[in-house]
Amino acid sequence: MQESGKNLLWRIGAVLLALGFVSLVLLAAGAPPLAAFTNIISGAFGSPGKFADVLVAFVPLLMATAGLLITFAAGLWNIGIEGQIMMGAIFTTGALRLFQGTDFPPGLAIALSIAAGMLGGALWAALAGALKTFGGVNEIFGGLGLNFVATAFSLWLIFGPWKRPGVASMSGTEPFDQALWLPQLPGFRLSLWALGLGIAAIVLVYFLLNGTYFGLRLKAVGKNVHAAYLLGIPTWQYMLAAFMLCGAFGGMAGSMQVVAVYHRLIPSISSGYGYLGLMVSMLVNYQAAWAAPVALFFAALNIGSIQLPIKLQLDSALSGVLQGVLVLFVLLGEGARQKWVKRGK
Amino acid sequence: MKVELKNIHKTFGKVHANNNITLTIPAGTIQGILGENGAGKSTLMKILSGFIHADRGEICLDGAPVHIASPSDAIAHGIGMLHQDPLDFPPMTALDNFLLGHSGRFIPERGVIQHEFRRLAAEFDFSLTPDAYVDSITVGERQQLEIMRLLWLGARVLILDEPTTGISLPQKEKLFATLKKLAAQGMTIIFVSHKLEDVEFLCGRVAVLRQGELVGETQPPYLTDNLVEMMFGKAISFGGRTSFAPGKSVIALNKIALEDVRLQIRDVTLDVRAGEVIGLAGMEGSGQSTFLQACAGLIRPVHGRVRMDATDLTGRSHHVFKNKGVAYLPAARLEQGLVPGLNLTEHFVLAESTQGVFINRDQAIRLAQDRIKTFNIKGTPASPVESLSGGNQQRALLALLRTPLNLILLEHPTRGLDIESTMYIWGKLKERCAQGAAIIFISADLDEVLQYSDRILVFFAGQVSPPLDAASTSVEQLGQLIGGKGWETLS
Amino acid sequence: MTTEIILLGLAGVLAAAAPVLFAVIGETISERAGVINLSMNGTILLSAMGSFAVAVTTGSLLLGFLTGMAIGALVAAVVAFSSITLKQSQVAVGFILALTCRDLSYFLGNPVMGASGPRLQNVPVPVLADIPVLGVLFFRQDLMTYLSFIMIFAAWAFIFKTRPGLMLQGIGERPAAAFVRGANVNRLRYIYTILGGAIIGLAGPVYSLSVKAGWKGTISGLDGIGWIALSITIFGGWNPLRAALGAYLFALLQWSGLVLQPSLPGVPSQVLQVAPFPLMILTLLLVNIGDAEWVTRTLASLPDRTRHALAALIRALRSKPPAALGVPFESE
Repeated sequence: MQESGKNLLWRIGAVLLALGFVSLVLLAAGAPPLAAFTNIISGAFGSPGKFADVLVAFVPLLMATAGLLITFAAGLWNIGIEGQIMMGAIFTTGALRLFQGTDFPPGLAIALSIAAGMLGGALWAALAGALKTFGGVNEIFGGLGLNFVATAFSLWLIFGPWKRPGVASMSGTEPFDQALWLPQLPGFRLSLWALGLGIAAIVLVYFLLNGTYFGLRLKAVGKNVHAAYLLGIPTWQYMLAAFMLCGAFGGMAGSMQVVAVYHRLIPSISSGYGYLGLMVSMLVNYQAAWAAPVALFFAALNIGSIQLPIKLQLDSALSGVLQGVLVLFVLLGEGARQKWVKRGK
Repeated sequence: MKVELKNIHKTFGKVHANNNITLTIPAGTIQGILGENGAGKSTLMKILSGFIHADRGEICLDGAPVHIASPSDAIAHGIGMLHQDPLDFPPMTALDNFLLGHSGRFIPERGVIQHEFRRLAAEFDFSLTPDAYVDSITVGERQQLEIMRLLWLGARVLILDEPTTGISLPQKEKLFATLKKLAAQGMTIIFVSHKLEDVEFLCGRVAVLRQGELVGETQPPYLTDNLVEMMFGKAISFGGRTSFAPGKSVIALNKIALEDVRLQIRDVTLDVRAGEVIGLAGMEGSGQSTFLQACAGLIRPVHGRVRMDATDLTGRSHHVFKNKGVAYLPAARLEQGLVPGLNLTEHFVLAESTQGVFINRDQAIRLAQDRIKTFNIKGTPASPVESLSGGNQQRALLALLRTPLNLILLEHPTRGLDIESTMYIWGKLKERCAQGAAIIFISADLDEVLQYSDRILVFFAGQVSPPLDAASTSVEQLGQLIGGKGWETLS
Repeated sequence: MTTEIILLGLAGVLAAAAPVLFAVIGETISERAGVINLSMNGTILLSAMGSFAVAVTTGSLLLGFLTGMAIGALVAAVVAFSSITLKQSQVAVGFILALTCRDLSYFLGNPVMGASGPRLQNVPVPVLADIPVLGVLFFRQDLMTYLSFIMIFAAWAFIFKTRPGLMLQGIGERPAAAFVRGANVNRLRYIYTILGGAIIGLAGPVYSLSVKAGWKGTISGLDGIGWIALSITIFGGWNPLRAALGAYLFALLQWSGLVLQPSLPGVPSQVLQVAPFPLMILTLLLVNIGDAEWVTRTLASLPDRTRHALAALIRALRSKPPAALGVPFESE
C-alpha cells in the first residue's frame, strides 16, 4: 500500500516536471503557458460537442493501443501499426465501394466492411511479421518502410483509381451514402457503436493477456524466445499471430475512421493514432488495465489543441510535444526511482 | 614480487564470501588456490585484481600497502589476471587485442608493436600470428595471447582462473612450461583451480579455501586425501557405478554429417538404448554441442539419417522430436532454458499440456507447490526464476521435464553447482533412466563423464571417436584423446 | 551536352547524400560504442529547424551549423543519460524522442516557416575544379559536401586505425574486456553518443541551409530521412566506407526517381517517392536473412556444392552488429 503510494507520488512528480518543461517551451515560443493549458482543457471539455469529439479520437487510439499491447507482450515493437491502420481504412473503403449502390442490407454491409478492414490490417501486419520471422528484418525498420508504402498506396488510390469525379484532391474520395455510415448520436460526430467496439477491444485484450494459455505463451515468447521454443511453444507462429492480431485491431481503428468519422478515404487517415498508441502503451507500462483512461487523456490533448492556432496563433503540434514529454519524463522518473530509491534501501 | 593479503573480508548480502583471509605469497612461487565452487576463490582473486573491493583488510606488494581501485589499476601495480573465458575481443585481430589498453601514441606504431608481439611469441614458443582474428583461434591460443599481453604491460604477478578448462593437452603442457619459466624469472603465479591433479603437479605451495575461509596451506609432497578433506571438510564418495540392462533402441543415428561455420563432423553412427547414459567429452567447441543439438532436431544434418522408434526424423523440427519424447536442456539455464520475468507457476503451466483456453489459477498453484516439494526447490510458486540460485534453476528445469521421456539431452548439467546439488541432479536423472529414458550429456569434467556414463564419445576438432566403454577407460586415456593424442589406436 | 547534364546531376547526388552521410556516420559512432540513437528522425528535423531559425535571425551560417550540432548533442545526451545512467530501454526513449523532437520542430518552427534565409554557396577548389569530369563531380561543391567526403575517411581511419578508435570498438563489442584494459566504459559511451549526436545534428542544417534550403514545417520533406539513415547504418555494417556506399546509392536512387518521372507517365509520383523504402527493406532482408533458422535448415538439405556457394554468399552479405549494442554495462 505504502509502496504503491510512493510510486504514485513519483509519477505525479514526473508529470509536474513534464508540465514545467512544456511551460518553458511555451515561454520560448512567446506564449503564455497558463493560457495555452486552459485553452487545451476548454477545447477538449468545454462543451458536449467537444467532449464527443474527444471520444471520437479516443476510439481509434484505444483500438490501436489494445493491439499494440499484444505485440508488446510478445516482445515486438510494432511500429508498422500506422500502415496497418491505413490498410484497414483502405480495405474498408474498398468494401464499401462494392456495396455502395447495391441493395445489400446496409447493416451487414457495414459489418462486412469492418471485417474487411480488420483483414487488411492483419495482412499488412503479417507482412511485417513475415519479414521479421523469415527474413530477420527488425520489425521497427520493416514496419516503418511499410508505413511509407501504405501512405503512398492510399495517395495513389485517392489521386488515381478512386479519385473523385471531376478533380482529384487532398480532400479524399467521394463520401459514401449516409446509409453506409455507422449510426451517430444525433447532433454529434460520435458513434456509440464505435465506442462500444473500442471498449470491447481493450476488455478482450485484457483477458487475453491475463488469464489464457495463449497470453502466457505469448509472454514467454516475448521474454525469451529460445526458452519458449524449447518449452514447446511454436514461436514464429505465435509472433506472427501477435502481429496479425495487432494488425486486426489497427485495421479496426482505420475502419472506424472510415465508417464512423470521415465516411471516405482521406490522405493520412491514421492521423498518427498508431504512434500515439505506442506512447500510451509505454506510459501504462504495457498493462491493459490503465490503457483506457490514459488513451482518453491523450485523445483530449489532441482535440484540445486543435483550436490553439486560431486562439493563440500556436501550432497544434503542441499536443504531440506535451504527450512525448510526458511519456519521456515518466519513463525517466521510473528509471531514477529504480536507481536511487530502490537501491538505496 | 611478494604478495600479502591481510585479514580480507567481503560479504555479499548474507554470504560471507571471504572471511578474514590472510595469505602471503613469496616472489618466484607458483601458488595454488584450491576450493570447490563457491568457496571464495574467485572473490579473493577479484579483490586482488581490482574488480571488487574488500570490505576490510589490506593488500601489500613487496611489503608496501597498496590500494587497488580497478583492474587497470591492478595492472599498473603489476598484477595481471587471466580469466577462465579470456576477456578479449573476438571480432578483432590478435594484434589489435594485444595493443588495446596499452597507452601510447594516438596512432599506434603497429610495426614496433608487431615486433614486440613476435618477440614474446618466440620467447614462449607460442604459435600466434598477429593478423589472425581472435574468433578463429582456440581458447588455448587466446590464453597465450592474454599472457603475452599482460607480460608486455609489465605484469609481475599473474593470476590464472581455472586456466586448464577447455584447452587441449599439448596446450596445457605448454602453459605449465610457460608458468614454470616465468616463476623461475621471479614472477609470482597464482593458480586458481578445483582440479587436484593440476595443482599437485604444478604448484610449489597450495592454499585451500572452504566456505569463505582459508582452511589450510601445504607444500609438497601433497597428500591427495588430505587436500580433499580440506576442500570438502569430509571424504567424498560418489557411490558405485550402476550398470544397466540395455533396452530397446531409443534413437539411431546413421552416418550423419554436420556442418557449421567453424567445423565439420562426418559419418557418425550411433544407436542409443533405453536406460543408457552417453557422455560427450572434448574441449569446448570441438563439435559436441553441435552433435547434441542434432540429436534434438535443432540442427539439420547435411547427410545421414536420424531415426527414432523406426520413424525417420531426419530434417524434422525440434518440436517433432519433442513429441517423440526428446528433451533438451541447454547449458545457459537462464538465457536459454528458463524465461526470466515469469515465475515458477507460470513455467509449470507452460510445460504442461493445455486444457481449454483459460488457465485455472488454483490448479496451477497446486501443481507448482507439488513440483517444488518433489524436486526440493528453494523457492515459492510466485518466485521469478531469475531469483533462484543456479542449483535451484537446474532443479526447476528438471521439474519441467514431461513424463514419460525417451531421450534427455543435457549440456553441462552440473556446471557451477555444488556437490550436493550435483549428486541430487544425477540421482533424479538416474531415476529417469530406470524408467526407460536414455541420456546423452556434455561435460567438461572428465570425472563426471567417467562416473556417470555407460559409453563415451570423444570429440576433437570435429572428429568423433567410436563409443568407448566407460568402465574400461581411464582419465588419462580420456585426457589424451581430448587433446588429440592416441586417436590412431582407436579402430 | 547531355553528359554535362548527367555530370551535374551526379554532382548533385553527391551533395544530396551529404546530410544522410553525416547522420549515418554519427549513428555509426554511437552504435559502435553500444548505444542506439533511435531519435535520429526527430533530431534531424529539430536541428534543421533550429539552425535555420538561428541563421535567419543572426544572418550567420556558422552559428546555424553550430546550433544544429548543439541540438544533436543535446538530444543524444538525453538518450545517453536515460540508457546509460537510468538503464531505460534505448529503443523506447529513442522512439519517444524521435516523435517529440519532430513535433517540437513543427511547434517552435511556426514563426520562421517559409522565411527566406542564408544559403551555403558552392566553393570551387582552385585548379582541381578544372579537372575534366572529376572537377565537376568533386571539386565544385559547397563546404559541407567537402566535409562529408573528409568525414567518411576520417571516421573510418579513427575507428580502425587509432588507439581511441580501437577502444571505441571494444566498448561496443565487449565492455567488460574494455574495462579491464582501463576504459571508463560508461564515460566513453557518453562521449561517443554525444559526439555522434553532434554529427547527426549536422544533417539538419545541411538540409535547411543548403540541400533543401528553408523551413516549410510538415511539408519540408525531411520526415523519414532519419529512419532511412538508420537502416543505412545497418546496411553499412557499422563501417563508414560501406555506409557511404549505402548513402550514395540512396541519393542516386532518389535522383533517378526524379529524372525518370517524366519518361514514365503511367507511374504516379507517389510510387517513385516511396521507392527507397521497399528497397531499404530489401537490403535489410539481404544482410539479415542468413540469421533466420529456416535458411540454415534449408541450406543443410542442399547438395554440397550449392550449399557451400550459398553459405559463402550469405556470409559475405551479412552485417554483424557490435555484440554489446543496446546492452548496459556495470562494473559490479
